[in-house]
Amino acid sequence: MTGEAIAFYALAAVILVSGLVVVSSPNIVHSAVALVPAFLGITGIYILLGAEFVAGIQVLIYAGAITVLLLFVIMLTEGGTGLRLQQRNEQGPVGASVAVAIAVLLIAGVTHTTWGRGAGTLPAYTPGAIGQSFLGTNLLAFEGTSIVLLVSLIGAVIIARKEE
Amino acid sequence: MVPLADYLVLSAVVFALGLYAVVTRRNGVAILMGIELMLNAANINLVAFNKYAAPGAVQGQIFALIVITLAACEAAVGLALVLAAYRSLETIHVDEINVMRW
Amino acid sequence: MSWSHELWRAIEGTVLIFSGVAVLAAMFGVLLERKISGWMQSRLGPKHVGPQGLLQTIADTIKLLQKENIVPRNADATIFASAVLVVPLAALLDYVVIPFGTTRFGPLIFRDLNIGVLYFAATSSLVVVGILMAGWGSNNKYALVGGLRSASQMVSYEIPMGLALITVALLAGSLSTVKIVAAQARWWYAVEQPLAFLIFLTAAVAEVNRVPFDLVEAESELVAGYFSEYTGMRFALFQLGEYGEMFAMAAMAVTLFLGGWRGPVLPPVLWFVIKLYALIFVFIWVRWTYPRFRIDQLLNFAWKVLIPVGLANLVATAFFVMVVRR
Repeated sequence: MTGEAIAFYALAAVILVSGLVVVSSPNIVHSAVALVPAFLGITGIYILLGAEFVAGIQVLIYAGAITVLLLFVIMLTEGGTGLRLQQRNEQGPVGASVAVAIAVLLIAGVTHTTWGRGAGTLPAYTPGAIGQSFLGTNLLAFEGTSIVLLVSLIGAVIIARKEE
Repeated sequence: MVPLADYLVLSAVVFALGLYAVVTRRNGVAILMGIELMLNAANINLVAFNKYAAPGAVQGQIFALIVITLAACEAAVGLALVLAAYRSLETIHVDEINVMRW
Repeated sequence: MSWSHELWRAIEGTVLIFSGVAVLAAMFGVLLERKISGWMQSRLGPKHVGPQGLLQTIADTIKLLQKENIVPRNADATIFASAVLVVPLAALLDYVVIPFGTTRFGPLIFRDLNIGVLYFAATSSLVVVGILMAGWGSNNKYALVGGLRSASQMVSYEIPMGLALITVALLAGSLSTVKIVAAQARWWYAVEQPLAFLIFLTAAVAEVNRVPFDLVEAESELVAGYFSEYTGMRFALFQLGEYGEMFAMAAMAVTLFLGGWRGPVLPPVLWFVIKLYALIFVFIWVRWTYPRFRIDQLLNFAWKVLIPVGLANLVATAFFVMVVRR
């Protein structure tokens, strides 16, 4: 067992266990807090795949900002006090079977395909390569994403504002 | 080296978990958490393909960064909607938000 | 290197960083704070325990260790307990990318990540989740309000901190802390970028909830903010996290703006320690000089003053780097 394989299986275990807590815990605050180990596990997967800039951004944005946002909204609404209520609707078995079916389909598909290998190697200093790419080939996507960010920032502020 | 299929299987399972959360949970915030899990699963796929199948450029990582950014935007707007719904309807359980149903 | 070697090295590094931070940051830091605040208020600080009060923090820690661990009755025990882990962990993780000096074998850094500055910003933002968990898990309205206010303050001040970090990375051409220190061979970045230095220091003071931004844990306001309900060793761990984060921010400011370990005659590690404690002295000095801000003044200051100034500074620096340096 190489070190990479051990790291991968350990991280996969962390992600799957926290993912299970996220989707099936009756306490919504526990669900939100369990997202943090899931995101950190995914960060580890990115580092294994040589994408360290994406890993840093994942921690910064997902574990540091989106989780905080989720916890804020849970605390500002009735989330934490709704423990006595039912957290699952009546589509439980249907949802579970659909999810399992999709997982089985995807897994069968990916394990029976031989994936080709492209040419080249990943650059060692990915922030530089990503920066060059964003201002070179992917400039349109970069600018478009900036505009979407601006629009969603303004939209979120307006929607969440109290009616004065 | 860990084969590519392992990463894709992990991503498929995380996607299925997220899908289960979106379909079966009543709380609006829990549905958003499921959506975040699904987006993360897609990101794992993108970055894994970048390393194994197309390592010449960082295109997969660029795509993953854009997906992270858009996921943040969508979480912000979605949670603003949940807050606004809570203020006027006093509930965040999506099966109780049926004011406009005929 | 084989994976067992790497794992062993990681464990060694963890123990080293934890004990280093526990001794230098928590023990010395608390003692320095009490002594210096005493001298600034025309009184002597702790004097009785040990020579000149040097063992005061050890005595405090022993006192805290033998206190009872109380969990409030309706509190969420899992979240209450796990919040204690998250805050010191995020504070200690900051130290991985700080170069303490240089030797013949290379820089004295735990891991020279090539995303060093981004890693620092990311681990500083993990503290916020721990604070929210602590505020929620205490089942106490003061703790909850303190936690929410503290979280919004820290999230707001992360942005100017990130802008200052980006400006320095732009000047140095790299996100790696070792390369940033190497790029300060002629001038420190505090001389080239005074505005970014000030923005970073202000944001750092706000990130560790110190005066003048300590509304969230001032005793006259909210008892103790998000850690009101914690007793004994858990309280000690929160204090370790807070002082550790303060020292990590000061160490990062030294690395990015004050030339790291660079200095003429003395060994590099000694220069680093001198600069670090000089910044800590400035933090303590500011604490006992200024009154505290209200929460709305604090947030206004972040969003309406620091962010526009930081952005303007970044754009001017980018212009300078692209146009003038060519």
